Amino acid sequence: MKIQQWEPIDRLASKVNSGQLKAIDLVNKSLALIQQHKEYDAIISTLEQNAISRALFIDQQIKEGNNQGLLAGVPFIAKDNFLVFGADTTAASNILRGFRPPYQATIINKLEQQGAICVAKANMDAFAHGASTENSDFFITKNPYDKTRVPGGSSGGSAAAVALSLAPFALGTDTGGSIRQPASFCGVYGLKPTYGLVSRSGVIAMGSSLDCIGPITSRVSDAGIILGIISGPDELDSTTIQKDPQGYKVKDFKLRGVKIGIVQQYMSDGVDPQIKKAINQTLSQLKKHGAIISTIDLPSVDLALACYYIICPAEVSSNLSRYDGQRFGYSYPNAEDLYTSYLKSRGKGFSKEAKRRIMIGTHVLSSGYYDAYYKKAQTVRTKLINEFNQAFLESDFLVGPVAPTTAFKIGQHVNNPLEMYLSDIMTVAANLVGIPAASIPIGFDDKNLPIGLQLMAPQTKDHSLLLLSKSIEELIK
Amino acid sequence: MSKLSKEDVLKLAKLARLELDQSEIEVYRSELSQILEYVEQLQTVNTDDLLPTNQVTGLVNVSRKDKIKNYGYQPHDLLNNVPRVKDDQIQVNRMVE
Repeated sequence: MKIQQWEPIDRLASKVNSGQLKAIDLVNKSLALIQQHKEYDAIISTLEQNAISRALFIDQQIKEGNNQGLLAGVPFIAKDNFLVFGADTTAASNILRGFRPPYQATIINKLEQQGAICVAKANMDAFAHGASTENSDFFITKNPYDKTRVPGGSSGGSAAAVALSLAPFALGTDTGGSIRQPASFCGVYGLKPTYGLVSRSGVIAMGSSLDCIGPITSRVSDAGIILGIISGPDELDSTTIQKDPQGYKVKDFKLRGVKIGIVQQYMSDGVDPQIKKAINQTLSQLKKHGAIISTIDLPSVDLALACYYIICPAEVSSNLSRYDGQRFGYSYPNAEDLYTSYLKSRGKGFSKEAKRRIMIGTHVLSSGYYDAYYKKAQTVRTKLINEFNQAFLESDFLVGPVAPTTAFKIGQHVNNPLEMYLSDIMTVAANLVGIPAASIPIGFDDKNLPIGLQLMAPQTKDHSLLLLSKSIEELIK
Repeated sequence: MSKLSKEDVLKLAKLARLELDQSEIEVYRSELSQILEYVEQLQTVNTDDLLPTNQVTGLVNVSRKDKIKNYGYQPHDLLNNVPRVKDDQIQVNRMVE
């Protein structure tokens, strides 16, 4: 794999604004790269027409002396669960095949206001259910480092696209690790911001108390710029919170005295020794630069996965009830009555994993089981939050692996859903607790597959998380 | 409590409005049982004195003025995705005799 890097996005934008680069050339370059790397199946659809006309408009405006914003002419790729004009939004599902969004996601509008141009929609596990992109109803994305392996998931297409440099950045969603784990498998930077920091209006809902949106980039500074643009309150999403008044721009950061806690439970025997070795090497580098490294005990963190696989399917079963075959999406043509139309439209429209999660969710929410499963999981969630709060009294950041292994083989876990769920074991806690977390590449294993380090910070400390990420990026160079 | 019967699966599918074919029923019976068995480890956790968490933002009563706002959606854009439209209305199957 040969990576052709894009310049930092702020530099691209200022060159476009000054007329030194043309938006249309950037868009054409991105579209050509997408064509050239088709064999990886990272992309579901391109927005060629829209992207080209937006680029020409931006170039014209600049010619007339109008600055086009912080991301003028910068192409990007959105996961296919973002509503974007100019292409179908399918969430990689058969049931939404052919769906033309009647409005756009808030953050797509925010990025467009700053001159960014969406060029394509990325492949994903259908409805973001999965950890390998093998649950896409269309095709399987291949890992850019080894075509026989998965790119991770569910934002596997977005991560592979950035690793292949198809565009300077991509957008992903993270409900239980779906930005961080593919970023780690593809050797790129992935940021899951604090829950509520980025509006979800116009993004297909999965688990509403867990869903977060974030950037996948090839450098940390780009992620900071993007977060600065997409974060903040939105009247169309009443869970949104205020952004950090100091913004998210990445600058130099003093590691001296910074307290970093390594989560003891995440360094267990189940983790690939090569991953642990790479993490320990990074931590000793950080220590050399003055960081204080300690081990942190989170006694209940091993319960996070069980907690997640109750809460998430419960919310999935509720969110996916809107696909009823009447107002949009696949509709069974010959039903004799409304009830049969629901049964057949959903039965034929949803694929395996969506049905599995809907049924688990239905079970844990059903009368007689609600207290034992759903309410219990919500209470364990409180326990986890308390333990993380306690840990953050002692540490500024928590670190650990992103996943127990590097990218696994295509087909390795497809016949065992529980095994696939275990891929999320180290990422789900950040979603349950609502804290920001990132995956940063720190090296390769003996198969030349990327290794990621997971960084976590307290709620709303996204800026600090970016600063620590930046200093690790500098150390690894 | 985690072992599901064939009847349990059929009941869940009915509640969730999912038609399953015969081959799916046994697969889901076994897979769902396995997943439920895994998540049941929470039963052993002591959560006395703890309240359930519904959301993590700490926001309370987010509301807006009860005023009509134009977000620029056109009715036709919405109707374009509807499987069956009649006289600009969504047509559904018969509900009652």
